[in-house]
Amino acid sequence: MANFFEDNDDLQFLFDHLDLHEIAAIQEDDFTMTDGPGSEYAPVDADDAVDNYRRVLMIAGDVAANGIAGRAEQVDQDGNHLNDDGTVTLGEGVRQNLKSLAQADLMGFTLPRSYGGLNCPTTVFTMACEMVARADASLVNLFGLQGIGETIYAFGDDTLKKEYLPKFCHGEVTGAMALTEPDAGSDLQAVGLKAWQDDDGQWRLTGVKRFITNGCGDVILTLARSEPDIKDGRGLSLFLVDQGPRLKVRHLEEKLGIHGSPTCELVYDDVPGKLVGERQLGLIRYVMSLMNGARLGIAAQALGIAESAYRVARKYANSRKQFGQSIEQLPAVAEMLVDMKVSMEVARALTYECARICDLDNNNQRVLETNPPTDKAELKKRKGDARSYKRLNGMLTPMCKYYSSEMCVKVSNDAVQVLGGSGYMTDYPVERHLRDARITNIYEGTSQLQIVAAVRGVCGGSFEKRVDEFEAHEYFDKGLHELKTKLVEGKGRILEAIGFIKQHGTNYMDLHGRRLVDAALVVYVGHLLLRQAVKSEHKAAIVRRFIETGFETLTCNLAQIMSGDTSAMSEFELLAGPVPAA
Amino acid sequence: MGYHCIVCVKQVPDTARVTGETMKADGTVNRAALPAIFNPEDLHALEAALEVRDQYGGTITAITMGPLGATKVLRECLFRGADRAIIINDRRAAASDTLATSYILSRAVQKIGDFDFVFCGRQAIDGDTAQVGPQLAEKLGLPQVTYYERMVDLNERTARMRRNVGNGWEVLEAKLPVLVTVLDTANEPRPAGARKMMQFKKALTAQELEREVAADMKDATDEQRTEELARRIETLRMNRLLIDQWDLDDVDGDLQWCGLAGSPTKVHRVQSIVLTKDGFKAIEPTEAGVRGMIHELIVDHTLG
Repeated sequence: MANFFEDNDDLQFLFDHLDLHEIAAIQEDDFTMTDGPGSEYAPVDADDAVDNYRRVLMIAGDVAANGIAGRAEQVDQDGNHLNDDGTVTLGEGVRQNLKSLAQADLMGFTLPRSYGGLNCPTTVFTMACEMVARADASLVNLFGLQGIGETIYAFGDDTLKKEYLPKFCHGEVTGAMALTEPDAGSDLQAVGLKAWQDDDGQWRLTGVKRFITNGCGDVILTLARSEPDIKDGRGLSLFLVDQGPRLKVRHLEEKLGIHGSPTCELVYDDVPGKLVGERQLGLIRYVMSLMNGARLGIAAQALGIAESAYRVARKYANSRKQFGQSIEQLPAVAEMLVDMKVSMEVARALTYECARICDLDNNNQRVLETNPPTDKAELKKRKGDARSYKRLNGMLTPMCKYYSSEMCVKVSNDAVQVLGGSGYMTDYPVERHLRDARITNIYEGTSQLQIVAAVRGVCGGSFEKRVDEFEAHEYFDKGLHELKTKLVEGKGRILEAIGFIKQHGTNYMDLHGRRLVDAALVVYVGHLLLRQAVKSEHKAAIVRRFIETGFETLTCNLAQIMSGDTSAMSEFELLAGPVPAA
Repeated sequence: MGYHCIVCVKQVPDTARVTGETMKADGTVNRAALPAIFNPEDLHALEAALEVRDQYGGTITAITMGPLGATKVLRECLFRGADRAIIINDRRAAASDTLATSYILSRAVQKIGDFDFVFCGRQAIDGDTAQVGPQLAEKLGLPQVTYYERMVDLNERTARMRRNVGNGWEVLEAKLPVLVTVLDTANEPRPAGARKMMQFKKALTAQELEREVAADMKDATDEQRTEELARRIETLRMNRLLIDQWDLDDVDGDLQWCGLAGSPTKVHRVQSIVLTKDGFKAIEPTEAGVRGMIHELIVDHTLG
């Protein structure tokens, strides 16, 4: 039987390469769970835990390959249905997919066992997201929304946790996060949906939310203005809203792709809500944390779509004959395929590095909050670790979301190109992949916004510190050593460019942000791939190709930064021309 | 209340992956070249039982007959929700044909006792006979519904079921207990549940435990090993992780009906096809090309 984990050499390579034993130990509190609910399936040591992770991925790979993938085309055609009473009926394929995921116990992936979850690290969950996305990109939105359960676990009180988390873990409910409004998209500080307390002290929500993925779900975490006098993000709180008669779906969006994922416009008619955590921390703390997880999920979604599109293109180029040969032997097609594959493995290296840092970051914080070490030196070390993981995570999350989603759009676009006329037709799935891909660099923060966040990490020291650590690693292989030398030189030039940018102010930083982030990516991922190359001939070829070609782009990008050019801003009117008349 | 379902499952070589390596030069199956898998239609039989339990409650017992390695499919049953797993493992049962197999299974089902349904896959992909289910029903004196597609109605002691008749379907009603053979179109088997997998991946038979103890305690005395084995068996039993292991004596099997002695099926002839060439040959799509190909096929007696 097909299996999306078993048939994916790169995913399996990374699973071994990342060595999850250390993460398993911290995730499992050194395997101390011996009684209480959920202990019957607790691992006894790191080997046991890592074996569980692998088996869980085999289950996810089975569900994805043998259930979900076969329904993807129908799900794309059927979409979901808005009823007259403001409820939504999910398409048949979507419902069957959710049922299979629940039967496989995969809906409480990272939640603690005491609530029925699997207590898996984010790294493993991210791999599962990638496989689900490869089968059906739209489904990973619903699958990934178990992040709602994670948010309740991280910030909700015990009553909320006990009431909702078991339902998430058993797949009885699905969630949504309702943030966007017609006038508050990328700028969430402008959210205006009103939260007010009635005479009984019950919170009620009034207003409209737009573009809400799975807004027809059962548990809607809603960002609302609880402090009418505070106009910025500090006036916003997070509320848990149960689906009910006062919450109506007014409109279901017609979209280019991800048709299986219902995108709702929601009308809140004094809907009762429960406050999650503390007032005023809704945006600045809880949503930011939720968004970080969601962005990693989109990076995985992008990887899954690209993987699926690439496989179709690779196979087609091998079997399609023109001019008396397979088209994969045509130089232009061969290079396209190679570039697709290299960029996919680059995105994977970066995404799972980010996931691993997330795991270290989350677990460190959890230990500090729930069970801080009594030894002063150890406490200090943990606090220091927590700070640097958090900072690094703040750079890597937007970086991998940006890179993976742009890679996905390019790879699925190139897949259509490899298939030529056939790729443009609905006979092959690559046109669907391209339509599905196009949202990944938009939602959960556009690429442009990811760069704004990432460039601050690159300029703020996180990049330099981590790359210094990488540089301490010696390679005995001559080829790898030479590539490393190149990366060291690259870092030097990036630091120079950072110095130049800092002298020219924030606008200049944002104008050239993409170039700087792209350059930093070459060096950062170059080091990650070098480590991988020690273990695999294929990876050695990948890193060679990536650094050789990437270095040219790096040089070009840095030259543009060092030129001081600001014409896109200073000559905007002249270059962009007048605004077209209606 | 609820129903007790017994599900018969089998571990089979994955015949979907047959290659030139599949048969050895002496005409026997090269098991190493074919991975052992859960017989596909038995997964549908298990799903049919799970659906009955989901809707009406009850318990599910999975049984298999085979070498010790076949406990793998029993664990797969536990991952999907079976309550109990039993392997019938006995050297004297080797070489059983469908008649002997159904006899042994009938003894085991009787020993389990107190059941309402016996679900079997329609057929196994290694033999493709579709005989074991019906023969088992005959031996147990049960009504049988073959080619089951779905439960139409289940009312106390009467089950109404739809079966496929090739060019359509019919609905049959049967008094319980009943034996049912299930088609792959009946349902979509559920995946393994991750929570149960984490728990029941540790489920073992006593003999598997014995091997584990032998490997773990190479330098220990026999006495120490026996003691340790007893301890581990008890721990597994307490945690509901012990897979029952029965031999022919346990099921009170009459040896003349088991194994080779109980198997009237004789293999008349085995043709060993050893593929000596690999790859393929391209034939030009011309008159001359096709003529050449036909000539070649006649010469090597593939045609004519």
